[in-house]
Amino acid sequence: MNFSKSFRNTFLIILLSLIVSACATKKTTTKVEGQMQGDVYTGTDTVKYLADGVPDRVFFATNESILTTKSRDTLRKQANWLRANSNINVVVEGHADERGTREYNLALGERRANAAKDYLITYGISADRISVISYGKERPVDSGSNPLSWSKNRRSVTVKAN
Amino acid sequence: MIRIINIIFFIIYFSATNAYSLIEIDITRGNLDPLPIAVSPLFQDDGSKKNSIDEIKIENVGSEISSVVENNLKTSGLFNPLNKEAFLQKPDIAHLKPRFEDWALIKAQALITGKVTIENKKLKVEFRLWDILAGREMMALAFTTVPSNWRRVGHIISDKVYERLTGEKGYFDTRIIYVSEEGPKTARVKKLAIMDQDGFNTKYLTLGNELVLTPRFNPTSQMVTYLSYFKNLPRVYLLDIETGTQEVVGDFPGMTFAPRFSPDGKKIIMSFAKDGNSDIYTMDLENRIVERITNHPSIDTSPSYSPDNRYITFNSDRSGFQQIYVMKSDGSNVKRISFGKGLYGTPVWSPRGDLIAFTKLHKGKFYIGVMRTDGSGERLLTENYYQEAPSWSPNGRVLIFYRETKSNDKGEGFSAKLWSIDLTGYNERQVQTETDASDPSWSSLLSN
Repeated sequence: MNFSKSFRNTFLIILLSLIVSACATKKTTTKVEGQMQGDVYTGTDTVKYLADGVPDRVFFATNESILTTKSRDTLRKQANWLRANSNINVVVEGHADERGTREYNLALGERRANAAKDYLITYGISADRISVISYGKERPVDSGSNPLSWSKNRRSVTVKAN
Repeated sequence: MIRIINIIFFIIYFSATNAYSLIEIDITRGNLDPLPIAVSPLFQDDGSKKNSIDEIKIENVGSEISSVVENNLKTSGLFNPLNKEAFLQKPDIAHLKPRFEDWALIKAQALITGKVTIENKKLKVEFRLWDILAGREMMALAFTTVPSNWRRVGHIISDKVYERLTGEKGYFDTRIIYVSEEGPKTARVKKLAIMDQDGFNTKYLTLGNELVLTPRFNPTSQMVTYLSYFKNLPRVYLLDIETGTQEVVGDFPGMTFAPRFSPDGKKIIMSFAKDGNSDIYTMDLENRIVERITNHPSIDTSPSYSPDNRYITFNSDRSGFQQIYVMKSDGSNVKRISFGKGLYGTPVWSPRGDLIAFTKLHKGKFYIGVMRTDGSGERLLTENYYQEAPSWSPNGRVLIFYRETKSNDKGEGFSAKLWSIDLTGYNERQVQTETDASDPSWSSLLSN
């Protein structure tokens, strides 16, 4: 089951990359290239920093809450920063894009925020320093209706709570 | 706050006639040939006009009521109200005894006539429904109420006419609760709003200080359950529309969402999200006992009871993707019912019990559809860029939902509006709202 799912996802990612690269060869959509991998956003457009070199957010594939290698890297930086600043607590906000039903997206946002929270806990941050909130699709950062905008909105954002 | 129910109507059948008639409308199929009906302005004598202006600042409330009726009947898609300019008979004479030949001449098959008086701060309305082809009266009713209720009188007349001619209850004396939306997509301000089914009498129930989502009526339409981000804690709330009092539902250590009442009004069913997992819970409104209904590491949400309270439909991604399931109300016997291509969400059980309406996402398009409760007979009613969250009219004949438009790369061109469509897939139309709108929920019939 898991195997077939990950196989399907790999297949999907390959398929999507093909579609994206197919698009990229057509005239104006070149800006997508280099900003998305599969359909996960890899650019820096909306990213803010908790401290120098500590990005505040990670991005997800459609309907997914799996952390990419880059996301794990970002969260390890957050964990290091949180360890060095033990007086700071954080809220992890989970978000979804606009292409899903409202209620499912609330649950999906909560799942994404917890994926990030769990990773921070694995790297030694105490669970009671991290709270989560899901906004579902209610608080997009990019208001466009296109795959790149949606990829920026599928995110979890770590913000200072105090 | 808003008084929905405690309005007393005196309904008197002043001549009972259930005579056999030639006119009847089959509403089970798409009606491409709506019934031609003449809605004669309700006659108002000159004495009443002054009272009418004094009481409700309307000179001819009879004519206004007939416009309400005409608009309702037209919107249903089952009737074709004829142009008043073609009417040959005066309203007062027609109400006493229509000259059927005159109405047949303009191709009317049914005729509504009536009379209003305003005296001693009371609005008295009588109306008659006539079968033109058979040349006889089909129905006659009189109402007495306060003058400010005149629009509701129009809705009740519409319901009576609809019921007499289709054999099914109407849905005009009803309200819609929804989320009013304003501002840019990245900073949307949302408020709870309530309005008559035809878009009039809009009232705002919250100020927009906190995010509110997914309001739903209880069976008596006096209570609403919804999600509020009050103090940044997303929780399910219960609001009494009449008194304005509200309270958090249950004491959950995390987000509760996707609330709905059970059809008997005794419970609220909702999702509770914890540690990345959403399951379905109920809370009994009388003894406050909370019960866990599903226990699965997937997302289980958007629950909706069957009208007999015995089953629950919901969506879950336990198969890997969002699909629709049905289970017994204690959580046992979980069965997947959606097997078509694509994702399925927001199942809502029809008040008639035989169908489940849903949202489907397939190849980048969103559909509103219906299927039988075992998942067979899937029918997609409408396709669009984005639409979701159907809610049934109380007679189970019409669905209301919301639709969003695509924005350009700058976010321009976005809108959210309410739409309705008949179960047949015909008669799709936008429902008028003062602002952008989403998450509609249809009330029960208020006057029955």
